Amino acid sequence: MLAFLLKMAFKNALRHRLRAILTLAGLTVAILAYGLLSTFVSAWYAGADAASDKRLVTRSAISLVFALPISYRDRIRAVDGVTSVSWSNWFGGVYIDERNFFPQFAVDMPTYLPLYSEFVITPEERAALLHDRRGCVVGAKLAARFGWKLGDTIPMKGTIYPGTWPLTIRAIYHGRDERTNEDQMLFHWDYLNERIKQIYPKRGDSAGVFVVGLKDASEAALVSERIDSQFRNSLAETLTETEKAFQLSFVAMTDTIILAIKVVSYVVILIIMAVMANTMAMAARERTAEYATLKALGFGPPIVGWLILFESILVCLIGGGFGILLTFPLVRVIGHALSSVLPTFNMGEHTSLEQAIASVLVALVAAAIPAWRSMQVRIVEGLRAVA
Amino acid sequence: MTTGTDAREATALAAQPAAVALRHVSKHYVRGGQEVPVLTDIDFDIAQGDFLAMMGPSGSGKSTLLNLIAGIDKPSSGQIIVDGIDIALLTEGDLADWRAQHVGFIFQFYNLMPVLTAYENVELPLMLTSLGKRERREHAEMALGMVGLQDRMTHYPNELSGGQQQRVAIARALVTDPTLIVADEPTGDLDRKSAGEVLDLLDRLNGDLGKTIVMVTHDARAADRAHAIRHLEKGELSALETKP
Repeated sequence: MLAFLLKMAFKNALRHRLRAILTLAGLTVAILAYGLLSTFVSAWYAGADAASDKRLVTRSAISLVFALPISYRDRIRAVDGVTSVSWSNWFGGVYIDERNFFPQFAVDMPTYLPLYSEFVITPEERAALLHDRRGCVVGAKLAARFGWKLGDTIPMKGTIYPGTWPLTIRAIYHGRDERTNEDQMLFHWDYLNERIKQIYPKRGDSAGVFVVGLKDASEAALVSERIDSQFRNSLAETLTETEKAFQLSFVAMTDTIILAIKVVSYVVILIIMAVMANTMAMAARERTAEYATLKALGFGPPIVGWLILFESILVCLIGGGFGILLTFPLVRVIGHALSSVLPTFNMGEHTSLEQAIASVLVALVAAAIPAWRSMQVRIVEGLRAVA
Repeated sequence: MTTGTDAREATALAAQPAAVALRHVSKHYVRGGQEVPVLTDIDFDIAQGDFLAMMGPSGSGKSTLLNLIAGIDKPSSGQIIVDGIDIALLTEGDLADWRAQHVGFIFQFYNLMPVLTAYENVELPLMLTSLGKRERREHAEMALGMVGLQDRMTHYPNELSGGQQQRVAIARALVTDPTLIVADEPTGDLDRKSAGEVLDLLDRLNGDLGKTIVMVTHDARAADRAHAIRHLEKGELSALETKP
């Protein structure tokens, strides 16, 4: 009986070729759009998602714009629960043209790299990087984007820190997993600090943020409090938070946009649900006499209900399946195009699953009312639909 | 042709056990809060192996009566006893099972499934039986053979003429070997030649296979093939016309 129902459902689904093709196209586009929007939202949160729960970020309590004295390093290191401390400054330079944007940080390389084990670098390149004060490390995606290779000198034009900063690529890192941002550049803080001290002595010996390694991730709140209490009532009070919270504070600035994107993705599903429900209702209405005939022959109302439900599921799974399959290449294409804005534009772990669930949900909702109605139609009334 | 007095007398004359017995059957619909009577106190028997035609003007209630006998509608009151079972008392589920086992349907517009081939349409009622695929195939092929369409098994309904479609419907009606075949205007949509072929088939089902057939028709030529004719007028049954 199941095979019969599936065969009937399949044949019914393809009965009106044009309608079937248009419905499938609509479903494909809707599920694809949902997948892309969902990927966009995931990419937006990628930094926070990839953040380690064993790292804290300490910054100025007033604003990220204000730097902290480098002397804080030793006091933070002395706090109970802290294993290591590193620091970084946002460089904000331009490579040839402003359109070639990518993040650059001046970091204390010897302490920074051990804290970021997700940046995978070969031992040889690591050694070369540590030995060259004008050396830098770039992510593999960034290197690929500009065709850079080891030994190339990149002339970065400073905006916050004026002048031209020639940096030699000594290492190219790869992400431990696809969530790791491979689209940034790191170079030696010492190099930046020395030159800045010569030009603007007052801006030297300062760090944008301190990155703090934790002994125990569960003590994050406690250690944060301990660090901040060290600098309470000082000229540069600190705000310490988990790296995830730090990342989310950037995302929070665009919360409304992200919320709007999420709403749009749900609206897309609601629209296709309505379109599919209309298609199924039309199909069921056209077949009223056929369903009545089946009932007259002895097929119970549940069989009629299953027939409509199977047809709906079949159409949605085919359309949704195409949508899911098309999401993969499109995410790659869009990810490449948006690599400077969203460096980790990758399919989320659950995106395909969400798309599949959305497809089945559309199928169930679309079939529910037509199936119920067709089950309720009296045979005599249904047969009259012929005449 | 003679005119009998009432249905039970006719059945007694036929000396056959009743396949269908209707006892004080009434049917009404409620429209706009008002009861509209369709059938009033219908009381007659149909003998085993009989071929009964029911005639009457539009709205006389003949299709409603056929639907009640076939178990696709329920009376407002009265009993409909088929092979000793009062089908008016059966639940919807039991009635569906009963129809699958005991009734073969022939409709005016054939009511074939357009997405199924002739063979698949005939096989359809067998899906509700415990028969295996091979047995279903044998039965369906045999039924199609009986209506002369064994060479059209893979054709879809839209690839067949009206007469051929009705023959497929007849094969579908007889494939489960039902005790009762109900036909609602089986020639109503056919030309004279095709109608003749369909009526010949019904004759054979009745004569050779002993099937009890109840047919609603407007067509006097079709009614002429039946053993007996019942007329309905405003929901009331007229006397039985039997043929020698």
